Amino acid sequence: MKRFLGFLVKEFYHIFRDYRTMVILFGMPVIQILLFGFAIRNEIKDTKIAILDYSRDNVTQEISNKILSSGYFILSDNLFNEKELEEEFKKGTIKEIIIFEQNFSENLYKTGKANIQLILDASEANLANMVMGYTNSILKEYQKEISGKYSSPPSITTEVKMRYNPELKSVYMFVPGIMAIILMLVSALMTSISITREKELGTMEILLVSPLNPLMIIIGKVIPYLILGIINAVIILLISANVFNVPVSGSNILLLAETVLFVITALSLGILISTLVNDQQTAMMISLAGLMLPTVMLSGYVFPIENMPVVLQWLSHILPAKWYVIIVKSIMLKGSGFGYIWKETLILAGMTIFLILLSIKKFKIRLF
Amino acid sequence: MKTILHILKKEFLQIFRNRSMLPMIFVMPLVQLLILSNAATYEIKNINYCLVDLDQSTFSRDLAERFRQNGYFILSGNEFSTNEAIEGFKTNQWKLILHIPKDFEKDFRREGKSKVQLLINAEDGAAAGLINNYSSNIVQQFNQDIITEYIPSGGSMNMPPMINVNFTNWYNPELNYKTYMVPGILVALVTMIGTFLTGMNIAREKEIGTIEQLNVTPIKKYQFIVGKLFPFWIIGLFELAFGLMLGRIIYDIPMLGSPVVLFSLTGIYLISMLGIGLLISTITDTQQQAMFIAWFIMVIFILMGGIFTAVESMPDWAQKLTFFNPISHFSKAIRMIMLKGSGFKDLVREFTALSGFAFLIITFAVLRYRKTN
Amino acid sequence: MNMEKIIDAENLTKKFGNFIAVNDVTFQVGQGEIFGFLGANGAGKTTAIKMLCGLLTPTGGKATVAGFDVFKETEKIKNNIGYMSQRFSLYEDLTVAENLEFYGGVYGLRKNIIKDKTDYFLKLLNMEEERNKLLKSLPLGWKQKLAFLTAIIHEPKIVFLDEPTGGVDPVMRRQFWTLIYKAAEEGTTVFVTTHYMDEAEYCGRISMMVDGKIAALDTPTKLKEKFNASTMHEVFVKIARG
Repeated sequence: MKRFLGFLVKEFYHIFRDYRTMVILFGMPVIQILLFGFAIRNEIKDTKIAILDYSRDNVTQEISNKILSSGYFILSDNLFNEKELEEEFKKGTIKEIIIFEQNFSENLYKTGKANIQLILDASEANLANMVMGYTNSILKEYQKEISGKYSSPPSITTEVKMRYNPELKSVYMFVPGIMAIILMLVSALMTSISITREKELGTMEILLVSPLNPLMIIIGKVIPYLILGIINAVIILLISANVFNVPVSGSNILLLAETVLFVITALSLGILISTLVNDQQTAMMISLAGLMLPTVMLSGYVFPIENMPVVLQWLSHILPAKWYVIIVKSIMLKGSGFGYIWKETLILAGMTIFLILLSIKKFKIRLF
Repeated sequence: MKTILHILKKEFLQIFRNRSMLPMIFVMPLVQLLILSNAATYEIKNINYCLVDLDQSTFSRDLAERFRQNGYFILSGNEFSTNEAIEGFKTNQWKLILHIPKDFEKDFRREGKSKVQLLINAEDGAAAGLINNYSSNIVQQFNQDIITEYIPSGGSMNMPPMINVNFTNWYNPELNYKTYMVPGILVALVTMIGTFLTGMNIAREKEIGTIEQLNVTPIKKYQFIVGKLFPFWIIGLFELAFGLMLGRIIYDIPMLGSPVVLFSLTGIYLISMLGIGLLISTITDTQQQAMFIAWFIMVIFILMGGIFTAVESMPDWAQKLTFFNPISHFSKAIRMIMLKGSGFKDLVREFTALSGFAFLIITFAVLRYRKTN
Repeated sequence: MNMEKIIDAENLTKKFGNFIAVNDVTFQVGQGEIFGFLGANGAGKTTAIKMLCGLLTPTGGKATVAGFDVFKETEKIKNNIGYMSQRFSLYEDLTVAENLEFYGGVYGLRKNIIKDKTDYFLKLLNMEEERNKLLKSLPLGWKQKLAFLTAIIHEPKIVFLDEPTGGVDPVMRRQFWTLIYKAAEEGTTVFVTTHYMDEAEYCGRISMMVDGKIAALDTPTKLKEKFNASTMHEVFVKIARG
């Protein structure tokens, strides 16, 4: 036991003395979560648009003013004919062109119908969608104003309640995702690389001929990362609660316990990778391409899983991160107790046991 | 010159002998294009919803029917109280609860006013916004239809004038997300090749000790740097060509602009990314460190660069910062060239900015790189 | 000692923060000599050698190597020296011939000369069959001998060897030293660090380093006389005890 402790201390020294990696390990979650919270939003602001107004009357002027004073758009150019459209878009600065037809106000009030044409630069599809939505809602608002002067028909109002995230903040979505990613990174990637590094440098052999039990060696290598992962998770939760006001509404202890389980899953993945490969570059490639990428894409934290092709949905089931994200969201945002997430927990635990058994088997084949 | 050729020969031999290199060059773009472009859509389809119909009238059934037939929604439960339905949020059975109160039809007929309640699981704020949009539209349409259907068409009502809004999506009329994602993925690919491989390659020589051997030779700094960076520059350009080809074959992504413009811009862009890789290797001792720093920088650059999230949706200060992010210029330019057919004269700003970065970063990296400590 | 001084170090010092790795070291090495730097691990041998090769800038004193200043003319020094580091310095993923070709090319040797040298070296080492094998498939002793020959492929005036025989068996070390003698006979100055005391006997002159300082400097025979010892090992133990 004393030997093992000595070895453990050595591993801690290795990791904590490498201050660059430390800075990144602790800086990464902080910066990512701040970026997601402050910089990446799903709303638009100061988007540049152009207006082509064939009518130039009071109504078109009023509508233009309404659009430009909304804060979402700024006018980049007034155009005079349709030939200019293409040129404008090719320069890439403006995202939308609003065209008012000729005799707009006359048409509106005499025939009861006037046309506005919106042309969107859809090379950024997501943005085009948002720009269209925002413009449309301003126009609808205007429509309501002019309709108000007339007697209103019977109507059904919709009352919308946004549960769990009334302001539709994106941090709510990203906190669980970032936790999954960072924990994957620290646990699976770092472990696999640090073990293959010892293999590559030949120091693994020295450890293996020492009186330490191989299992002890692996456990000793893994414990520091387990602790690092938990510290990281706590930091993320503290930031999300104190900076973004996304507190944990369920039990902290349950969340922590689930996090430990997930870290262990990730660590066993890292160990498995390191038993399969012999050099750091390959370990990194497998971890990045095989773990990080699917975790980012398929765990449902950036893109909703329900909208993916069925094959990818199946694929997402074998990702531990997917289940962990569901668990974290349930505990953090909905305040669910264990009764609601036992299924996900069981899946995660099952994966962990499977991975550990598999790596023990591989480890033995390699070394004895 | 001859020295550079010797270094180049050695680098290429090592690169192609590395077992993980070829899969990386060929498999990574394929996987990314296949998985990423399919996974990454912000479109919302197949929304599971729960119906709480307390009215059980013709109206309520008609409205429920419209949700069922809309195509975006899938009915996955019927409950008789909102509280029970909310349990379903917790177990992730549905994202939307459509609550039709008692007397929904009666109120409408008698008082000309009634309401439905939409409860949306808003953990994912953006998706919740879209669900709200879709369902409100259905309710509105329903409203209009029943006005004409149930209210006798007494011309007595003074109909308000209507503004009719049409819209056209240029360059990607069907808002095909793949057309949007593929250029973004190409940017990510080229960038990763540039920074990761360069950073790790030099860190590797440091780690195994061969860098010292090189440092006692009369190799000049510029020879070493050119010899180290040039192979990855070629690989980066090749990666772009390969990715473009795959995008064309698999998804029929258009390439409206001139390949010459695209490749020369990529060439310039790659220089700055390779420079960043070189810089990373000057401040690290091991591959592990190099990889982490590269990852860190990449995450920030990609998130802030407008590849997958629009720059326009960032706050002011963040939008200003994107000017200093080479990725944002490059990802903007690649979409302009591929999807809009923009030419050199439309891209003067991007060319200038990227050349500036390339020059600055390389100069800095060369100054930082030392043969003697 | 009437030979031309090819290395001339005076009060050479290197500090890392508060730690003085090499402390005020003065010595000369003559042309064609085999000069040994002995000492325990951490005595400052590697730091000294790195300063002379132009890999580290000294913090004090002065030194010339092949007539060039170690402060200002490091790049000129590099044309005149060969270096084999403690850590393995050839590329494991290149073949024997490719390694020689690369280093030869870097020193600006012409293709036919590199080829002749390669033929000659491989014959010398009896490794003709390994010519196109990847380096990683060879045993350590072979790799080290090859690394030495690579370090002198451009016929440098001086070759610096930093613990060249670490981790190989005595037979291999013996063979390695045969190569060193051969190089010295051909006029190359050899500057070698080691902590194997038996190897010290092979050197022309020896400087014993303790804690960054030179504790003794002379030929092995004279050192043994002076300290009244029968082997270099005894000499070392006596010096280390103070």
